[in-house]
Amino acid sequence: MADSEVRMGIEAEGLVREFKNGPRAVDGIDLRVAPGEIYGFLGPNGAGKSTTVLMLTTLLPPTAGTARVAGFDIVKEGGRVRGAIGAALQEAALDPLLSGAEHMRLQTALHGLAKAERGERSRELLARVGLSEAAERKVGEYSGGMKRRLDLALALVHRPRILFLDEPTTGLDIQSRTALWDEVARLAAEEGVTVFLTTQYLEEADALADRVGIIDHGHIVAEGTPAELKAEIGRPTVEAVPRDPADQPRVAEALAPFGESVGCSHRTGAAVLLAGGESQLADVVRALDSNGIAIEQLQLHAPSLDDVFLAKTGRSLEGAGEEEDEAGSEEMEAVQA
Amino acid sequence: MSGALATQVGQLARRSVLRTLRQPAQIVPALVFPLFLLAVNSGGLKDATNLPGFPTDSYLTFALAVPFMQGALFSVMNAGTDLARDIETGFLNRLALTPLHGAALLSGLLAGAVVLGLVQAVTYLSVGLIAGADLAAGLGGALVIVALAVSITVAFGTIGLFAALRTGSGEAVQGLFPLFFVVLFLSSMALPLELLQTDWFHAVASANPVSYLLQAFRSLLIEGWNLPDLALGFGIAAAILAIGMTAASAALKTRLVRT
Repeated sequence: MADSEVRMGIEAEGLVREFKNGPRAVDGIDLRVAPGEIYGFLGPNGAGKSTTVLMLTTLLPPTAGTARVAGFDIVKEGGRVRGAIGAALQEAALDPLLSGAEHMRLQTALHGLAKAERGERSRELLARVGLSEAAERKVGEYSGGMKRRLDLALALVHRPRILFLDEPTTGLDIQSRTALWDEVARLAAEEGVTVFLTTQYLEEADALADRVGIIDHGHIVAEGTPAELKAEIGRPTVEAVPRDPADQPRVAEALAPFGESVGCSHRTGAAVLLAGGESQLADVVRALDSNGIAIEQLQLHAPSLDDVFLAKTGRSLEGAGEEEDEAGSEEMEAVQA
Repeated sequence: MSGALATQVGQLARRSVLRTLRQPAQIVPALVFPLFLLAVNSGGLKDATNLPGFPTDSYLTFALAVPFMQGALFSVMNAGTDLARDIETGFLNRLALTPLHGAALLSGLLAGAVVLGLVQAVTYLSVGLIAGADLAAGLGGALVIVALAVSITVAFGTIGLFAALRTGSGEAVQGLFPLFFVVLFLSSMALPLELLQTDWFHAVASANPVSYLLQAFRSLLIEGWNLPDLALGFGIAAAILAIGMTAASAALKTRLVRT
C-alpha cells in the first residue's frame, strides 16, 4: 500500500490488548486496509474483534503496538481519529426515550454541524436508511433492524472517511440484513468510504467484504479476498459422522487414504480434504461400507470461509462461537470495567 | 463558554430534561413519597411543638423542610441511574466518539436534576402552604426556598453521577438510596438540634451537614430572613456541588479512556 493510501486507510502493527487478570484479547495483530475497501473481520465471539474495534476507534488504549487510522495515530491523535471516523458499535447504543429525529439532532450538534445544516443532514440520512416516517417515534418502539439503520445513520452525520461497524447485522432478519449490506456497499462504492466490518457471519463476509481477516484467540490466522482464502483450501471436504460415536476412530482411519485430515464440524465425525477432488466420493462410500461402518451423515461441500477457518484453527466458526461465548462475555466485561 | 461547548451543554441538557419528563416513574415517586411522609410526620409528631424551646407551634411548618431533602435524594438516584444506563448500553461510547467536552456531559446530565428539583420544590411548597404551613419570609422567601432546593438537588445529583461513573451500574447507584436515607434520619429531621437529648445522636446530627441544610429552609419558613442560616445552607450546597463535581470529573476521565 502506498503512503498516501495508508494516510486514508487503516494500518496497525503489533497491536496488543491485555486485560488485568484476563486473557490477551488481541495478541499482536497487523492490519492494512486500503481507502474505499470493505474489510471483513471474521471470527467467533471472544476472538478479539470488538476489542480491536475499540482500540482503532480510540475508545480503548492498546497495551502495545501502533495503529494509524486515516493517517492519525490512535494514541497520540485520538481527537483527529474520532473526527475522521464513524462507528456503529456492537449493540445499537440508542436512547429508547428519544425519537430517531432527536438522536440525529443530538449527534449532528455534538459533531459541530452548523445549526442550519443539522436538520437537512438529519432528514437526508433518515431518508437514506428508510426511517423518515418513523423519525418522530421513540426508539424504544423500533425493531432491531430499524435500530441498526438509525445507528448507521448516526455514524454518518459528520461524513466520516472511515466507518467501523461492529457486528452490524447480528440478530437481524434476512431482509434487514440485506438492506444494511446494500447501504454499506453503496457507501464504499459511491462515496469511497473505507469500511471495517466485524462479523461472525460467513455469508456476510463473503457477500460484502473485498478482503477478509480471520481472527481467532487474538491472532489473525488468515487474510485475503474471500476467493483467495477459499482457493487456499482448494479442494472439497468430505465429512462423515458414524451412527455409533464409538466408531469415530474407524471413520478417521477409513478416510485417511483420501487426503489430509481436517477438523470436523461434528464432534463425533471425521473429515478430510479430498486430494483427488469430488470424483473420490464414490470410493469414500465404498471404503466406509467395506469397513462395516454405519454412517449417520455424509457431506461433501465446496470450500467456504468456514472451511478456511476450520483449516486454520481446527474448529468450525459456528461451533467456536458457542464455545467461546463465555470468553466473549468476559472480554466485554473487562472492556466495560 | 465557547459556542461549541454551549451547544453541547444545551443539547445534552435538552436530552436530560426530555428523559426526565418522559419517565413518570422518576417524577411521581419523588413527588408523592416525601409528601406522604410529610403528612404522616406532621400528624404523628405534632405534640412535639409542646416541648419547651420548639421554634414553632406548627409541626407542619417545621417538617416542611424535610421533603426538599428527600427530593434531593431522589435526584441522586435519578441522575446516577440515567448515567449508569448510558454506560451499560454503550450510549456513553457513542458520545465519546464525538468531540464532546467532559464538562458538557456532566452539566447537561444535571439539567434533568434542575428540572426535577424545580418541579419538586414548587410542588412541596405549594402543598405545604395549602395544608396550612407558615412562610415567614413571604413570596421572596418562597423563591429562595425553590432556589435552595434546586441547588441542593443539583449538588446531590453530582454524587449520583460520581457513583455511576465509578461503578457503571444502575443497581449500585440505587444501593446508595438507603445509605442517604440513614444520613437524613441522623440529622435534625424530626427535632431541632438543641432539643436532641441523646448525646451521641446530638453529636452526630450536629456534625451532619443535612441538619444545616434543613435549618436554612426552616429559617425562611419559621423565622423570616436569617442570613447566617441561609449562607450556611447555600455554602454547604455549594461545597457538596464542588466536591461532587470534582469527583465526578475525575471519575469521568477514568471511565472515558478514549485516547
